[in-house]
Amino acid sequence: MTALDTAFAATALVAVAGGLLAVTTRHVVHAALWLVVALLGVAGSLLVLGAELVALVLVLVYVGAVVVLVLFALMLTRAPIGPDLEHAAGPWRTVGAALLGGAVALLLGSVLLPLAGEPVERADVSSTQVAGQLFGTWVWPFELLSLLLLVAVVAALAVSRIPREGRPDPEPVEPAEPAEHEVAP
Amino acid sequence: MIHLAGPYLLAAALVGLGVFGISVRRNAVLLLVGVELVLSGGLVLLVTTQAAGADRWAAGSVLPLFVITIAAAETVVALAIILTAFRQRSRVDLDEPSGEAP
Repeated sequence: MTALDTAFAATALVAVAGGLLAVTTRHVVHAALWLVVALLGVAGSLLVLGAELVALVLVLVYVGAVVVLVLFALMLTRAPIGPDLEHAAGPWRTVGAALLGGAVALLLGSVLLPLAGEPVERADVSSTQVAGQLFGTWVWPFELLSLLLLVAVVAALAVSRIPREGRPDPEPVEPAEPAEHEVAP
Repeated sequence: MIHLAGPYLLAAALVGLGVFGISVRRNAVLLLVGVELVLSGGLVLLVTTQAAGADRWAAGSVLPLFVITIAAAETVVALAIILTAFRQRSRVDLDEPSGEAP
């Protein structure tokens, strides 16, 4: 049990505990906030594994952007403040889902654990090296990624402009109203 | 020195938790929480391959960046669809039978 192992165990514990609470809590807003805890735990584990760039991007994009987006969506879909009793799952469904999740985790663990073997020396890949490869070997996939983001933004805009009747707006003269106005009661 | 059993167990646990979250949630927005957990399990696996032995293209650090960006794009489109569906039928229950909006 080296220092790296201990640090990894601590961060992994935070990640698993946060993930467990994120998928089991009844409060919808708490679920998104526990997801922040779980993702911070995952980012800490990645730091221990020696990928500091990935850990920082995970915190920036997931915690900074995706979770905020999920929180906004929860507000726009009128999530209740207290426990969400309207969407409570029945006991059989919970048991079935727990069996499914446990089976998936067991299957993955039983496939992956025999690969672990003896402790290995952690390979150190510096951020300079990663940047060099990212803008050298991987530059075309990286450029395609920006195209994908553009397509995603345009698609999200196109989807959210569908009016209540289900047909696209025939005369897009007026600028699209912000979504809050249309969702508000 | 680091033992690789820890990262493997963490990835398996995160994917299992994510699958549990995807199958148990009835709120469409909270379904995405499960999806994020599954993706972070994949991230841990990718980075573990790099910690076990670096390759010459630094794929263990570059591919997670791709996964994170694609997941962000997926979340944006999914939330736009969920919000549009909420405007059409004013609820986000995944158990609701499909068909005409009430």
